[in-house]
Amino acid sequence: MKRMRHKGGVSLERRIFPYVMIAPNLLIFMIFIAIPAVYGFVYSLTDWGGYGELNFVNLQNYTELFGDRRFWISIRQTVIYTLCSLPLIVGVPLLLAVLLVSEIHGKSFFRAVFYWPSMISYIVVGLLFQFVFGESTGVVNYLLKLVGMESVSWFTKSGTAMAVVIAASVWSRSGFYMVTFISGLQSIDDTYYEAAMVDGAGKWRMFRSITVPLLKPTLFLVMILGFIDLFKQYGLVVTMTNGGPAGATKFAVQYIYEEAFQKFRLGYASALSMVLLVILAVITALQFKVMSGGAVNDK
Amino acid sequence: MTNKRISGRRERHLLTYIILVGFALIYLIPIIWLVISSFKEESELFRFPPSLLPEKFSVSNYVDAWGRADFALYFKNTTIVTIAATALTVCINMMAGYAFAKYKFRGSNVIFLFFMATMMLPLEVLMIPIFQMVKAVGFYNSFWGLIIPPAATPAGVFIVRQYFLTIPDEIMESARIDGAGETKIFLYLMVPLAKPAISVLAIFSFLWRWNDYMWPLVVIRDTAKYTVQLALASFSGQYAVSWGSLLAMSVLTMIPVLIIFLIFQKQFMKGMTAGAVKG
Repeated sequence: MKRMRHKGGVSLERRIFPYVMIAPNLLIFMIFIAIPAVYGFVYSLTDWGGYGELNFVNLQNYTELFGDRRFWISIRQTVIYTLCSLPLIVGVPLLLAVLLVSEIHGKSFFRAVFYWPSMISYIVVGLLFQFVFGESTGVVNYLLKLVGMESVSWFTKSGTAMAVVIAASVWSRSGFYMVTFISGLQSIDDTYYEAAMVDGAGKWRMFRSITVPLLKPTLFLVMILGFIDLFKQYGLVVTMTNGGPAGATKFAVQYIYEEAFQKFRLGYASALSMVLLVILAVITALQFKVMSGGAVNDK
Repeated sequence: MTNKRISGRRERHLLTYIILVGFALIYLIPIIWLVISSFKEESELFRFPPSLLPEKFSVSNYVDAWGRADFALYFKNTTIVTIAATALTVCINMMAGYAFAKYKFRGSNVIFLFFMATMMLPLEVLMIPIFQMVKAVGFYNSFWGLIIPPAATPAGVFIVRQYFLTIPDEIMESARIDGAGETKIFLYLMVPLAKPAISVLAIFSFLWRWNDYMWPLVVIRDTAKYTVQLALASFSGQYAVSWGSLLAMSVLTMIPVLIIFLIFQKQFMKGMTAGAVKG
């Protein structure tokens, strides 16, 4: 009741103040994100090359991209890369987080060690992996020889190049998701475990019946963020494979970038971006659906 | 029986340590190898079998990188952009996050949801129209284009809002009764209370800007305005740039991040584990 009276008598300053506070953020956001988002679609209907008037060509770009083999290959490689990396990018951080919330020595040391790579830029990670797996500089090949195996020219075959890119992705991102999992694990009330312990439940049983269901929101968050992170990958391959060999690690964003800024087909590349956007939106929506469906079934 | 249980627990701890140490080696060795190798001379880098420690400890790669390759300039550019962008990001995200947490105003929910929806929208799919907008407002090939557009981060607004939600409204009410204006309440009461949120936001913003590749790639044309990531990426494709100086440059670009990490590690881990954020 007191609140109601307050609302009527709120001062002018107090009514205007929040708008002033969000104004700078909103302004930048409108100019550099919202308006471009609309324009992205408009450009996709033109044959625009970066200069001059917009010349509308209706859906010509969209019909062309359906027959663009190289684009669909880049989408296929992106899908392969994402499907192989996602379980690792969720699983490895989860394992590390579970181990690091238990009572052990050196906890903060391990946390720092696992977190550190996620603070290194993709450009440096790419260089680092090229150096470590490289043919003449690679310490990995040396180690393989030490244990009596053949050295591998990692970046000349599509399968091994993809494997190195996946390894680099997991290496560079798991620290971030580990911390996310740790925060999720710490928010689980200890009394659940105590009760289970009284009932004589084992560690694995507790993990399956308490940790996993209660960690579901965090798991979901990591899956969504990880998926988007992987599907838009470009920076990591720039200095590692540059899309090679023969386009095996050329993912969708790189293909779009090259069409736009190297071939100056900005209209066509905008149409490609729209397709990428739709794929991302559909898969994210599907994940939402599957995850919420799973939660209902559990109950 | 108790003995058995204790020894079982010990075994489990041993297994935990084996897994952790194994992973720690995988995470550490590439970085250590990078640092060691950056002090080797070019001929030693390609020797087989590789030497564990540099035979002749040499800083020539660093001298090369810093001087001849203009890396000092790129370092300066990136420092200017990162510091300015971080200051701006902290300011405007603090303001917006605070307004969303503490005020009910018309359209607040809609605008907030609108912000958050774009957290899922990767910049990469908008690079063409954003590039065009940056050009239209005259930010193309200028530091302003690197500082202003990426400052309105939805993730930053979210972090600040979540933090201010935990601070009770009563503090504001009593300040109002004492006659303080809204601006005064924000600047002198709420901002000092939000130090943890500010430090998490500042570190993230620093990392985002320092490590960013995509945005500078779209905005900057002149090599004189390159950031370190852009410079490294363009050098890596050139035959003329030796592996040794690339390694030295990589180490140099990691140093500012390492310093920030070591100084703020405690608050950072605390802030990070307090609430999940996007990075």
